[in-house]
Amino acid sequence: MYSDKVMDHFMNPRNVGEMKDADGVGEVGNPTCGDLMKIYIKVKDNIITDIKFQTFGCGAAIATSSMITEMAMGKTVDEALKLTRNDVAESLDGLPPIKMHCSNLAADALKAAIEDYKKKNPGK
Amino acid sequence: MMSKRIYMDHSGTTPIDPKVLEAMMPFLTEKFANPSSIYTEGREVRAAIDEARAQVAIALNAKPEDITFTSGGTESDNLGIKGIALARKERSGHIITTSIEHHAVGHTVEHLGELGFDVSFLPVNKYGQVELETLEAEIRKDTFLVSVVWGNNEIGTVQDMKDIVKVAHKHDVLVHTDAVQAVAKIPIDVKDVGVDLLSLSGHKIYGPKGIGALYARKGLKLAPVQHGGGHEKNLRSGTENVAGAVGLGKAMEIGKAGLETDMPRIKKMRDRLVKGILELDDSYLNGHPEKRLPHNAHFRFSYIEGEALLLNLDMMGIVGSTGSACSSKSLKASHVLLAIGLTPEQAHGSLRLTLGKGNTDEEVDSVIEAVPQVVRKLRKMSPLGHAKGGK
Repeated sequence: MYSDKVMDHFMNPRNVGEMKDADGVGEVGNPTCGDLMKIYIKVKDNIITDIKFQTFGCGAAIATSSMITEMAMGKTVDEALKLTRNDVAESLDGLPPIKMHCSNLAADALKAAIEDYKKKNPGK
Repeated sequence: MMSKRIYMDHSGTTPIDPKVLEAMMPFLTEKFANPSSIYTEGREVRAAIDEARAQVAIALNAKPEDITFTSGGTESDNLGIKGIALARKERSGHIITTSIEHHAVGHTVEHLGELGFDVSFLPVNKYGQVELETLEAEIRKDTFLVSVVWGNNEIGTVQDMKDIVKVAHKHDVLVHTDAVQAVAKIPIDVKDVGVDLLSLSGHKIYGPKGIGALYARKGLKLAPVQHGGGHEKNLRSGTENVAGAVGLGKAMEIGKAGLETDMPRIKKMRDRLVKGILELDDSYLNGHPEKRLPHNAHFRFSYIEGEALLLNLDMMGIVGSTGSACSSKSLKASHVLLAIGLTPEQAHGSLRLTLGKGNTDEEVDSVIEAVPQVVRKLRKMSPLGHAKGGK
């Protein structure tokens, strides 16, 4: 069902954890299946210098969270905003159709974190 | 990393017992005749089916003529329920079933509802038990059939079938039971308990897939679901699955004996497994603590999700199953877990482990160690208030 890349990110997720002093926090829930994703970002000079995630969800949910943190790290805030669920799914060599909604959650959680950062830092 | 995988999904399916396979082999090789053929080879095969039918009957304390072979539990459920309903003069009347049935019963009853029958789905208590008062209150003048699963496939709860039958019969209502999970795990005596119809399946009792049986007591009028050459006394047409029937007969015979020899050992292992795993914080057992199938353990763990748990266990060589939404094709949490009052979030973190003849104490030890390990790993990743450090 899952690609090798998905299984790798699922068994060895990158950037797991909480961030006590995050610059932006985004938490989204997926009504489709009940999963929850929380993403924390640290931003300096408009660049995401650190990013962490926590997920309550299935293999695909964990893998997509892990992948998007990897993809967002080091990007500018505006570049990171452009990441779509398809980008995430592609980087993972694809997801089963029934699991595509998980990649949506990852993209939404990152956006929410960035929006939270922008709210706290208007004009930056 | 385990070298041999630990299989704890016996409620999903079971390996074929070597003695069952041995009994089946001649009918997959040289004894291939059609049992309806009148020549020697046909008659020989016909005799083998009769013997298998008798084995199934004896195991249930029924008569051979009350047994119909089908393609499995699902078909038996369909035939038992539709058979009674569609034999009636009109498509009217009331059927009662429960909210914790296997889909083979639930969807069949729903379908009959669409055809014009009135249907009710009884709620269950937090242990998954049907309460007798609830059942009796639901029975109407036009109720003609009640279907209650004897042992639930997910949470393992065993119903007080004898009492349910008493209530139903008091009001002249027939009782069908899906005993697919209960057969060969708890004693089943159709005469003593009094059920009118009972479904069972081969591949849940170390028999082959593709075979099952329906017990229907004498005197019932059933309409066939599958029409054709009139096999099984016109009730289920189609050339018999000879090897399957022979395998099922053998499996029933072995299973009945196993109630004394295998089940006590399996129950001990299950009890130890449950005790061990429940040491973990925020872990719970779903279903009735005592009135449950002896091989079934069904847990829920707060703050984590079942598919992730299962995949991690799979990577460690351990096989189980879950009722989480993420793991289902419909993305909906198990209806059984919702029926016993769990929220979708609670149903999310569920794990079913069902033991079998092949499991050992060492395997139980390994799983007692592995499951909390994985749960703790997933809790560290979860945004929900998780158990910090602790057990």
